Amino acid sequence: MTELPLEAVLFVFLLVVGIVVGRLRNLFGAAMLTGIFSFLSAGLFTLLTAVDVAFTEAAVGAGISTVLFLATLALTDDTERESERSWLAIGVVSLTGLALFFGTFDMPAFGDPDAPIHHGVGRHYLMHSWDEIGLPNVVTSVLASYRGYDTFGELAVVFTAGIGVLLLLRSKAAVMGAKAKPIPVRSRAPYVREMPIVRAVAKVMLPFILLFALYVQAHGDFGPGGGFQAGVVFAAAFILYGLVWGPRAVQGIAPERMLEGGMAFGVLLYGGVGVAALFAGGTFLDYSAFTPEHPSHGQHWGIFLVELGVGITVSAVMVVIYFVFTARPRPRLPKRKKGALAPPRLTAVPELPVETPKEGSS
Amino acid sequence: MTLATHWHYWVVIALMMTGLHIVIARRNYVKKLMGLSIFQVSVIMLYVTMGKVAGGTAPVYVMEGEGHDAVPNLDVVYSNPVPHVLMLTAIVVGIATMALGLALVVRIKESYGTVEDDVVIEKDRAEEESLES
Repeated sequence: MTELPLEAVLFVFLLVVGIVVGRLRNLFGAAMLTGIFSFLSAGLFTLLTAVDVAFTEAAVGAGISTVLFLATLALTDDTERESERSWLAIGVVSLTGLALFFGTFDMPAFGDPDAPIHHGVGRHYLMHSWDEIGLPNVVTSVLASYRGYDTFGELAVVFTAGIGVLLLLRSKAAVMGAKAKPIPVRSRAPYVREMPIVRAVAKVMLPFILLFALYVQAHGDFGPGGGFQAGVVFAAAFILYGLVWGPRAVQGIAPERMLEGGMAFGVLLYGGVGVAALFAGGTFLDYSAFTPEHPSHGQHWGIFLVELGVGITVSAVMVVIYFVFTARPRPRLPKRKKGALAPPRLTAVPELPVETPKEGSS
Repeated sequence: MTLATHWHYWVVIALMMTGLHIVIARRNYVKKLMGLSIFQVSVIMLYVTMGKVAGGTAPVYVMEGEGHDAVPNLDVVYSNPVPHVLMLTAIVVGIATMALGLALVVRIKESYGTVEDDVVIEKDRAEEESLES
């Protein structure tokens, strides 16, 4: 196996990053490291030929989750208090690890083509999905058609989590439609939008990110991609826009009402396709019923619509979550000690130790 | 030789335990959630390693022929697509539930003024005692 050394190197990196995340008490740094962790694992997934998984992990883990962690840190604390070493925790973890370690001896060897996992439906999907569904990407066939119920359930979970975040963090001011008070100029750090290089680069990249998201959405049938990945990439474009020009600029393009509608619309579209299949004489989510004389055409249409629903809901939920976190008023912080690192701000540059103009002197 | 055939699983378990240790031993809620996300990625990795077939390529058909006459080459070895499907949806669901967890952390910060586990428990206990007396 030629790829073996590279896999091992990535595993070592992952372990080191994982341990450092545990030890680092600066949560700002730890959040960035979790992004690196996700990127490294996406590389590993690619080596393990799970290209769709790698794609999702790179977009979600390295993009959205880092932003969410930073948003949370802006609303809470950026340093962790020292916690004492707990031998009980180490004991529990080592025991669990040992039990799992012994469990692996009953597992088939890595890459064994005769492993039980490859005898079930997996083989059927690989052998027959071309005749039954007619898509080159087997992962998409399984995701949207064979296991359409599962995916519908997962999409409902994403939708529910979005609703949950809205219920927990939506501030009263936003509900009443009142405008948030702008941060007074004197007390804020310079916004990223005042930095010409970041602005120019973001502006050049945005159309390409959006185009790429559409490509990923449409091309999921033929290669790695699909609604989940496209939704996340789409949301990442909006979040980038928000990071540079502020969340209110994004609301000019995508008002919250529209996004909340989108959250529900995607799930309804998915379910609606399923119900339409019932009316066409098939079972729930059986797309072949749409065109009985040519089943795979119906499958193509069904999968396209279902993936579209997934893309709309996922992107709307991600952008709404970003809005809700950034719109939340920051709690009044106790006075910081001199020289302590300022908590990161999402719409602003973290206060770098460069210019700190003293009042009264220019 | 077990080392040569099973080491992937062992490294994944080590990663998993790193995450689990953060969840158990760290007091800070944000840190706990970071540990949870490391744990989650390792579980996903365990599934993906099981789906790999030696010498197999990604489960996207290698097509033969041109245009509408193209047919997939079924003699090529492909990895198992099922774990990939289950895991890619799990990642997106994972980030959605992670956001929910972070939202709870923000609310805890607003009502307790802290995101440290032990301080929250202490404050709860103090309140209970003041109610009893």
